[in-house]
Amino acid sequence: MRFTFAGAEYEGREGETLAAALVRHGILGGFRSVERGRPRGVYSAHEEEPNALVQVGAEPMLRATLVELRDGLVAEPLAGKGRLVAAPAPRCESMHAHCEVLVVGGGASGRAAAAAARGRVILLEQGRCAPLDGVLVLDRTVALGLYERDWVLAVERGRRLWKIRARRVVLATGAIERPPLFPGNDAPGVMLASAYEAYGRPAGATPVSGGFSPRVHLWSQAGGRLRWDERIGAPVPDGELPGVECVGRVTGAGLPDAPPFALPEGDEDEVFVDLERDVTLADLRRAVGAGLRSLEHLKRYTTIGTGSDQGKTANVNAIRAAAELLGVHPGELGTTTFRPPYVPVSFVVVAGRERGPLFDPVRTTPMHPWHVAHGAVFEDVGQWRRPRFYPRDGEDMEAAVLRECAAAREHVAIQDVSTLGKIDVQGPDALEFLNRIYTNAYDSLEVGRCRYGVMCTADGMMLDDGVVMRVGERRYVCTTTTGNAARVLDWMEEWRQTEWPELRVWLTSVTEQWAVAAVVGPDARELLAPLTRVPLDAGSFPFMAIREGEVAGIPARVCRVSFSGELAFEVWVDGRRGLELWEALASAGDATPYGTEAMHVLRAEKAYPIVGQETDGTVTPHDLGMEWVISKTKRDFVGKRSLARPDTSRADRKQLVALLPVNPDALLREGSQIVAAPNERASQGHVTSSYRSAALGRTFALALVAAGRSRYGEVVYAVPPRGEPVPAEIVEAVVYDKEGSRRDGRPAA
Amino acid sequence: MLRIPCPWCGDRDEVEFAYGGEADLAYPGDPAALTDEEWAAYLFFRDNPKGLLRERWVHAHGCRRWFELERDTVTHAIHVRGR
Repeated sequence: MRFTFAGAEYEGREGETLAAALVRHGILGGFRSVERGRPRGVYSAHEEEPNALVQVGAEPMLRATLVELRDGLVAEPLAGKGRLVAAPAPRCESMHAHCEVLVVGGGASGRAAAAAARGRVILLEQGRCAPLDGVLVLDRTVALGLYERDWVLAVERGRRLWKIRARRVVLATGAIERPPLFPGNDAPGVMLASAYEAYGRPAGATPVSGGFSPRVHLWSQAGGRLRWDERIGAPVPDGELPGVECVGRVTGAGLPDAPPFALPEGDEDEVFVDLERDVTLADLRRAVGAGLRSLEHLKRYTTIGTGSDQGKTANVNAIRAAAELLGVHPGELGTTTFRPPYVPVSFVVVAGRERGPLFDPVRTTPMHPWHVAHGAVFEDVGQWRRPRFYPRDGEDMEAAVLRECAAAREHVAIQDVSTLGKIDVQGPDALEFLNRIYTNAYDSLEVGRCRYGVMCTADGMMLDDGVVMRVGERRYVCTTTTGNAARVLDWMEEWRQTEWPELRVWLTSVTEQWAVAAVVGPDARELLAPLTRVPLDAGSFPFMAIREGEVAGIPARVCRVSFSGELAFEVWVDGRRGLELWEALASAGDATPYGTEAMHVLRAEKAYPIVGQETDGTVTPHDLGMEWVISKTKRDFVGKRSLARPDTSRADRKQLVALLPVNPDALLREGSQIVAAPNERASQGHVTSSYRSAALGRTFALALVAAGRSRYGEVVYAVPPRGEPVPAEIVEAVVYDKEGSRRDGRPAA
Repeated sequence: MLRIPCPWCGDRDEVEFAYGGEADLAYPGDPAALTDEEWAAYLFFRDNPKGLLRERWVHAHGCRRWFELERDTVTHAIHVRGR
């Protein structure tokens, strides 16, 4: 087996670590320290290694003591800092396991504990480990953390994450040797006596020992107390933790007496307390001289213990030295906090398989294949992938959106709105439930009609909006904002279960059971008429009415709702027939398919807010100019009491207005802050939406502006994150068809 | 990760649940009768004890039922109240 280190090739042996092979080849140096660039060499034989950091391929900051040799391995020494390499990350995975007893540490006491345990037993060992009858032995596996006393995360060979739930955890984690403090204790060739033994007493190496410190990390992470053990000169586990037990050297038992501790003679700037961080005794003395008394402060001031080794060989020496410098007993200083992960862990291991396409589910509508086939450009809306626009040859987004908007305003256009959240609400108390959860009242809503509704959080801020359709005596279907469907259902369930358990009402998500197409524009009737026998004229099918029938031979529910101000029909069909419906609509006449971008422009021209764009959790329906959606007659609804606070009726609250840039071609940046004059710094609000309007032949924006509704005609300035303030006039929020004359179709000429 | 005893489904990992904050804060019978201060106290003010706390949880990725339990905020020991 051959491997390469720092450009030179060496022979390696099966089962050997990189550190062991280097030492065997007489390489006692080969590394540099991070701050001072001092020559360093392999110092230890395990995970506590402060010096021998390497990069292997794309993976930085690996400890040579944990890197297992394989043929062709190429390792580069690192001076304490990794380097990111763009390369495909290795595939990692995670495993879940449950057991009666989990033993951490495969030394003599760990193996004895595992052998004596009953039931399912798992043994973790960071090095190599022989099998054990009836025990799942995971070797080359390091426990990263012990949480809530029964949940252990561990990483196997740097690639597989184990999540283990154990009834009982036995910590047989042993002890780490610490270096003695003397000038030059970092010189290449100086190594811990335990490493010297592990590497077979290599020629030229100098074994040193400052005593042993128990690996109390997991114990402490889980909430276990520590006490200072005078004999070994280190903290040991103290007291009890239900379900967690320490055995062997981690308790201090069997460890040799610590050598007497004294501050060394000589140049303290050559005495290294933390090798990985390059912190010396002189640094520590300076920190104490600066008046720092607590370990946590000394750590932050000197950076002792903050390296990627988390001070495994440094922290106890730091306690002992600081105690000497401060003239106190080390036990009085306590320890710094032990936090997981115990060893560094790659993000790819944490991510496991949940990356790329598996990171988050992608939801598509039944019509999706048609959108793909017709060249739609998509955008992600929550988990949904929605067509943003459909460019025709050579069009950019701006040109496509202007064309799609014009088609909806002047002729007919169709949009796939299947992603709307849909919640089926039924039961004898469904009406009462809706009256409590929405701000407006539903008592007068008849079967076969629908009504726009708004819900607020209890603090009176807008949570969501949508349409409530009454489809039966005791049955309603509520639509929600696409990205908010799950949250709204959770919200409704919470109130139903926790505050109103007396209501007989049931909530069901039916978002994916329905496919919905919006047919929009003055010629919408002409497009639909050949496909259905449902009478479409305004007299027999008024605004906000619902009709059942067939469209293109598919049983359908047709609703006259509009998110554009134009005459529009929403056609709801069984989700499984959505594509069939869409293909029929797309080929029936010359309807223009349009995407979310045109939808945004059309609704903004009518000042229909989008939750999460015009609202941000501090916006009330009043702020949006929607007083009419707040019932004055209902005794209560969620948010009512908050809307009665003086603060929600302040005249200087930020209110929704439109902005017309003075230069009709200037497009404001969404998020720009509004100021009264170009050199003003006090923000009076911000731009929430900004578009080019085909109908107006110019740009426009929506904005929340302090006291905006009393400032029509005033010119303010929109300041983008970078760039010059842009002047714009405040106007009424609705910039197109203020009279609502287009709702029933093309107005008579 | 906590192991939370759902009264309907049994012991499950914390990732299956969503937290609902302090329990036993009933919605006021007549919100309109409250002063702004009283209403704000209901909406926003919560105990933050070191020790036992009654709290609400929902088995969001399971049975979707809300329930209450008592948790020691120091040790994370959990005691379930009846459903």
